[in-house]
Amino acid sequence: MDAFIEQFFNLGVMAKAFPLLMRGLGMTLLICLAVIPLGFVGGLLVALARLSRSAMLRISVRILTDLFRALPPLVLLILVYSGLPFTGIRLSPFTAVCIAFFLNSSAYYGEVLRAGVESIGSGQWEAARSTGLSGRDTFLFVVLPQAVRNVLPDLVSNTIEVVKLTSIASVVSMTELLYSADMARSITFNASPVVLAGLIYLVLLWPAVRLASRLEHRVGT
Amino acid sequence: MERFVDTFFNASVIASTWPKILSGMLITVELALSVVVTGLAFGLFLALIRTAQIRLLNAAIVVFVDVLRALPPLVMVLIIYFGLPNVGLTLPSFAVLWLVLAAVLAAFAEEIFWAGILSVRRGQWDAARSTGLTFPDTLAFVVLPQTIRMVLPPLVNRTIAITKNTALGTVIGVPELLNQATTAVSFLSNATPLMLAAIGYLIIFVPVVLFGSWLEQRFAFRKA
Amino acid sequence: MTAASPILDIQDLRKSYGANEILKGIDLAVHAQETVFIIGPSGSGKSTLLRCCNRLETPDAGTVTVDGVDLGDPRTDINAMRRRIGMVFQSFNLYPHMKAMDNITLALRRVSKKSRADAEVLALAALERVGLAEKRNAYPAELSGGQQQRIAIARALALEPKVMLFDEPTSALDPELVGSVLAVMSDMARAGMTMVVVSHEMRFARDAADRVVFMDHGVIVEQGSPGEIFGQSQHARTRAFVSQLER
Ligand SMILES: Nc1ncnc2c1ncn2[C@@H]1O[C@H](COP(=O)(O)OP(=O)(O)OP(=O)(O)O)[C@@H](O)[C@H]1O
Ligand SMILES: [Mg+2]
Repeated sequence: MDAFIEQFFNLGVMAKAFPLLMRGLGMTLLICLAVIPLGFVGGLLVALARLSRSAMLRISVRILTDLFRALPPLVLLILVYSGLPFTGIRLSPFTAVCIAFFLNSSAYYGEVLRAGVESIGSGQWEAARSTGLSGRDTFLFVVLPQAVRNVLPDLVSNTIEVVKLTSIASVVSMTELLYSADMARSITFNASPVVLAGLIYLVLLWPAVRLASRLEHRVGT
Repeated sequence: MERFVDTFFNASVIASTWPKILSGMLITVELALSVVVTGLAFGLFLALIRTAQIRLLNAAIVVFVDVLRALPPLVMVLIIYFGLPNVGLTLPSFAVLWLVLAAVLAAFAEEIFWAGILSVRRGQWDAARSTGLTFPDTLAFVVLPQTIRMVLPPLVNRTIAITKNTALGTVIGVPELLNQATTAVSFLSNATPLMLAAIGYLIIFVPVVLFGSWLEQRFAFRKA
Repeated sequence: MTAASPILDIQDLRKSYGANEILKGIDLAVHAQETVFIIGPSGSGKSTLLRCCNRLETPDAGTVTVDGVDLGDPRTDINAMRRRIGMVFQSFNLYPHMKAMDNITLALRRVSKKSRADAEVLALAALERVGLAEKRNAYPAELSGGQQQRIAIARALALEPKVMLFDEPTSALDPELVGSVLAVMSDMARAGMTMVVVSHEMRFARDAADRVVFMDHGVIVEQGSPGEIFGQSQHARTRAFVSQLER
């Protein structure tokens, strides 16, 4: 038991690693700050394209989202980060992470938002259009707000997934939270820094998880 | 263009690496199936336990679910894979990944099953119990069958999203699809194996993604 | 066995939800082949009383005895007893994922341990009694409310209950569908079924009831023949309630 605490909950090691992890957390938040808005806007475009009158656009976006939902994000990230340089395109890890996660999360946000928009009956469109609102204004001011409310639980839980996703940026040497923790682990031969990183993720995400599951049950009943 | 083909679809690289890629694909499928079967079964089991309304047990389940929803799987993989050997417990990397992903899937599945069970109206329980059906029989024959339609689409989507994380195995050296590909890339200085791996994942997961959308549409239509 | 021993015997039944006492000491005996109507304002505890009679709710005090068996006795096999106590709900509560036939056979097979073939014979007989044998392969969603309620009655009837409890069986129905359900209930009463019916169908109660019980605020205010209760009752509360029904 002592060995267990020594290995996983070593306060001394945690204290030493703490400043490093805080810097890592800063990077994690920076990635989130870039990727969440990018993914949301991308998802909005995906949802619009899926509702477009052009069959070509609808089908090609559908195929793209299905591909990105089938591809593990880590594969996508490594493809962008280690694959592209072979063609002479060299990207910073941050750019690679943004591109890969943008593609991945646009597909997911897109699916959620599409379901939301489809949940709004044609009556809302007709009512708004009959008052002279343009199609764009109808979408932005009438349909989208209701759609977002209808799929709020899914949006929250999808955002949690994006935050968790940033941890795999460590694989391409982004000095975010998990990377810093793993570095500290390999120096100290002690898993406590990674446990501490886990605790930081918990502090960050537990409230969101609670919120998501409360929203889910409210809508469910 | 030629350069692109040469880097990403190089015929001689394909010829020399496809057996490795294929063996990686098999391991990915093996891992995925183990995760899906055990994760879903354990998730359903937890949801069933929760119906017994034992306060302490329910609180434990909620905490388990919350923690596994909040922690990135890679964090758990690293803790278990690199931490446990130092306390004298060495698990093979395949087992570590399976354990973590199955637990994560179980947590999400429990939430989905539980929401489904809650969505069945109380009158259904009343009716079944009033004819003398036992609690387990009521669950098995009356309540659970009614949740399938509501539960299946999110369950399939969640299962795909979690099972794709088998690619994390590459970080701890599970010889799965991505691992085989990245090893080959560093040997051959050519991106073709990565492309093959991507195609491999598409072959495995696109059918399931399509199945998921089909389910969603079918059930949305029935509801209307 | 004396002729007076009741099928359903409720003694000093009490039930609270939190600080809210819903049933405040109910005594009621229902004899074989009797049809007893329970009327009373919303919230007076009628549903709670019925639900205590098959232990969908657990009483806080008092006893409920069915056919000589105390339901509160820990040695009583409550599921075996529930077979003998049919219940019909306001909202039908048919299993939506099962055909009419399977709705009826489920308990026959799982509780009475009948083979599928035997269960189907009994189910068909019950369906015939409610006049819906031809709907045996229909799903609930394909049936009208009146038909659904008759299937629900058949589901209880097929288990050969000693007593049937009805909780406002017609109040979720469109007016034109009420008659078909009441007709089935009349037939059952005439055939000698013991029935406890919560219902405000006054005309039907006049015809079918042997006794009418008026409940208010968790107590039985009075009981008597339909003529006594619906005619000039001694109690002001009963008169006020009945005159409201007549409007
Ligand atoms: N599960 C419960 N928890 C808390 N209170 C309840 C519960 N069930 C019923 N009650 C309360 O008990 C009281 C009596 O309810 P009951 O359903 O027995 O009345 P009722 O006479 O059947 O009324 P109605 O004619 O409206 O059906 C009501 O005030 C109700 O709010
Ligand atoms: Mg009631």
